[in-house]
Amino acid sequence: MNKYTEDDLREELKTKEYEYGFFTDIESETFPIGLNEDVVKAISIKKEEPEWMTEWRLEAFRAWKEMIEPEWANVNYEKPDFQAISYYSAPNTKPKYDSLDEVDPELLDTFKKLGISIDEQKKLAGVAMDIVIDSVSVATSFKETLAEKGIIFCPISEAIRDYPDLVKKYIGTVVPQKDNFYAALNSAVFSDGSFCYIPKGVRCPMELSTYFRINQGGTGQFERTLLIADEDSYVSYLEGCTAPSRDENQLHAAVVELIALDGAEIKYSTVQNWYPGNAEGKGGVFNFVTKRGICEKNAKISWTQVETGSAVTWKYPSCILKGDNSVGEFYSIAVTNNFQQADTGTKMIHLGKNTKSTIISKGISAGKSQNSYRGLVKIGPHAENARNFSQCDSLLMGNECGAHTFPYIEAKNKSAQIEHEATTSKIGEDQLFYCNQRGIDTEKAIALIVNGFSKDVLNKLPMEFAIEAQKLLEISLEGSVG
Amino acid sequence: MELKEKLISSFLAFENEVDLDSRVHDVRSEAIKVFENEGFPSKKDEAWKYTSLNSVLKHDYSVFPKHEKNVEYNDVKKYFIHEIDSYKIVFIDGKYSSHLSETTHDGIDVCLMSSALNKPKYQLIIDNYFNKIATKDSLSSLNTAFSREGAYIQIPKNKMVDKPIQIIHFSTGNEAALMNQPRNLIVVNENSHVQIIERHQSLTDNPVLTNSVTEIFANKRAIVDYYKIQNDNQNASLIDSTFINQKQESFCSVHTFSFGGKLTRNNLEFYQNGERIDSTMKGVTIIGNKQHVDHNTLVHHIEPNCESHQDYKGIYDDSSTGVFNGKVLVNKEAQKTNAFQANNNILVSDKASINTKPQLEIFADDVKCSHGCTIGQLDESALFYMQSRGIPKKEAKALLMYAFSNNVLSSVKIPEIKQRINKIIAAKLGVNIGFDL
Repeated sequence: MNKYTEDDLREELKTKEYEYGFFTDIESETFPIGLNEDVVKAISIKKEEPEWMTEWRLEAFRAWKEMIEPEWANVNYEKPDFQAISYYSAPNTKPKYDSLDEVDPELLDTFKKLGISIDEQKKLAGVAMDIVIDSVSVATSFKETLAEKGIIFCPISEAIRDYPDLVKKYIGTVVPQKDNFYAALNSAVFSDGSFCYIPKGVRCPMELSTYFRINQGGTGQFERTLLIADEDSYVSYLEGCTAPSRDENQLHAAVVELIALDGAEIKYSTVQNWYPGNAEGKGGVFNFVTKRGICEKNAKISWTQVETGSAVTWKYPSCILKGDNSVGEFYSIAVTNNFQQADTGTKMIHLGKNTKSTIISKGISAGKSQNSYRGLVKIGPHAENARNFSQCDSLLMGNECGAHTFPYIEAKNKSAQIEHEATTSKIGEDQLFYCNQRGIDTEKAIALIVNGFSKDVLNKLPMEFAIEAQKLLEISLEGSVG
Repeated sequence: MELKEKLISSFLAFENEVDLDSRVHDVRSEAIKVFENEGFPSKKDEAWKYTSLNSVLKHDYSVFPKHEKNVEYNDVKKYFIHEIDSYKIVFIDGKYSSHLSETTHDGIDVCLMSSALNKPKYQLIIDNYFNKIATKDSLSSLNTAFSREGAYIQIPKNKMVDKPIQIIHFSTGNEAALMNQPRNLIVVNENSHVQIIERHQSLTDNPVLTNSVTEIFANKRAIVDYYKIQNDNQNASLIDSTFINQKQESFCSVHTFSFGGKLTRNNLEFYQNGERIDSTMKGVTIIGNKQHVDHNTLVHHIEPNCESHQDYKGIYDDSSTGVFNGKVLVNKEAQKTNAFQANNNILVSDKASINTKPQLEIFADDVKCSHGCTIGQLDESALFYMQSRGIPKKEAKALLMYAFSNNVLSSVKIPEIKQRINKIIAAKLGVNIGFDL
């Protein structure tokens, strides 16, 4: 019989190196380090932004200066020195390409290593890609197909230039500049990101997708995504990230705003696999992200996330259920290993009548990692017949890791129905024994059990992404997931 | 003068009044410093996020009641569980009332904190147990600084206490506003068994603020049953902090029945320092008007093979607010822990609100921990079923609410308490079902 035990698995997990840890040497145009009003202005000028945008950034920057970095999360890390970061870096070869042949071969090579060959994706998956490498979009595809339907999908810097009315109307409405420390920082210095607008009644024919990478060492990445689904439209948006192996901690403070107008539906899926630091807990990405969506009448927002990377993850994709009959969903798998720390969860704020929300969160901790679920379910006084179901399950591998649950539930309406349940367990010896008995070796059995454990969430991912998510689970819990 | 300043300035007078050479002098002075630094908790403290003390602290409380007032047993008989024989430790406006009490030194010590603090024969116990598990937060420290009176119960080895012990605090309204700070110490040694009932009762509408701290030590295989009946009138507020330290194979349960009071805060902390320990905490909260009840619990699993059970039920009417903040902490060494936590709530009125935060913090892998939390309404179809069979709506509702809280009541081991609670619930719901529930 195979002698593979949980201990072996742990050993393997410890020694597993980050596969995507490489560094592409593309000559970057990088701002000197430090942050002040001039830098904010310079970024704005660099992006050829109109004056209102510059003002908007400066307002955020002034607010940020007054703010104190929050400390309430259940994570420990050395605080980044915000004056030691360069706030803008763009690959030197800047012009847009019409075909892949024109793209810097080194860049293509990078993509190959990431396993996201553009043409293959184009052919097989029919996914429009907006590839972001160090803050500036270098390739946008399927734009024409989308344009036929009236869908706008472009880098946000372009949107500010070409569709200022839309951007002006919606930017900062869901995540205000002063929302929190990192959102304010992002509002001041965001370099690029994606903008997407789905017109009334249009069903987006393909999954929209963006890849983020942090490339230049010591560069902060401040993405800003704005997604607007007009009345009765539908869009599914994918976001995936990998970052090369760097020794010093890198900061990622993104802001994502979703706006679902009456009857619209947005599905937002994330696979996050940034460099988690090495086995000693050195290095790795700080992922401090503000993601929030607002639902108008009969609208629906669904967040799905697979979090396997980053040294410190701190994010709470949230839904404001403002309109009557709106629906919010949150499905999450968070895997932590070695010295990774994750404090993640969601906020469901019920304001409208007959609003519904579902939260399914699965946490898997291994090594010496700490994995926390923190969530808020809030029922406002006018939210008649609001309904919430939350389930948080944690799986512990080894006795050096921790799993924590901090659910906040606030109900101010008597007709609310709220259920919350949480469990914590390890892979049962009896479950393993059962599998072994039937000829399944321990490694496969663990894979089976972990897969089953996270199935509720994996099922929610779009087809193409589910495969990638499984790949990432494989890397994080190497040898265990098939 | 702000209450905080008043308390700090009266500390000197207090120290002069009690023995300055007292062994706990250092403990007291250190505690007042903590309070001086931290002051009263505000909503900015995570543990007090949903409970504001502002409305309670605004009164000009007198810290040392001047006059003594006698209370006749017949007037207050209804506040005792008088159907059964029991030991009684009774305080009136914070002062011990010998004629209402029934204490003993016969084999067990059921007496006063003041004598334990002052008499040399208790020195060892005070040195070993006093202020050893109470947390050093500002309110507990405030109590420690002013600790002078309260119940002291010490049960030696292998002793089954023959009858329950009742601890009752009356406030007579002699002062315009009174602040009470009782301090209890309960030590239960190996293989012993004790049942304790605690109650705070104010006899007039004058505002009362009680900041009570109880330390309970359950040694090997000890069994401690503790019942808190909180049905005070609506100008009385209670901050109760109970700390329980358990040794191996001991069994501790605390039942909290919160029906009255303006603001009630229950801090209940269990520390499991041994294997095969069982800790149970259960509560029923039924409140209305503008009442506020906050349950804040912690179970710290330190060693392997222990269990904890939590079950809190709440029914909230009118503009009442409820808070449940439960925390289960499992240390790395505490393998094979079984921890369960449940919090179920019913909101009856549109203005009532509930904030609940059941937390798990787990560092061991071979554990079974779960928590569940619900907020909902009474089942309409069950109501309809009963109504269609001739039970009036009000009674049908009461029956359902009673059934809802029955899980907690069923584990009460003294039948008379159960009956008493039933009566209070019936009165609270305004029904007479006509049979014993």
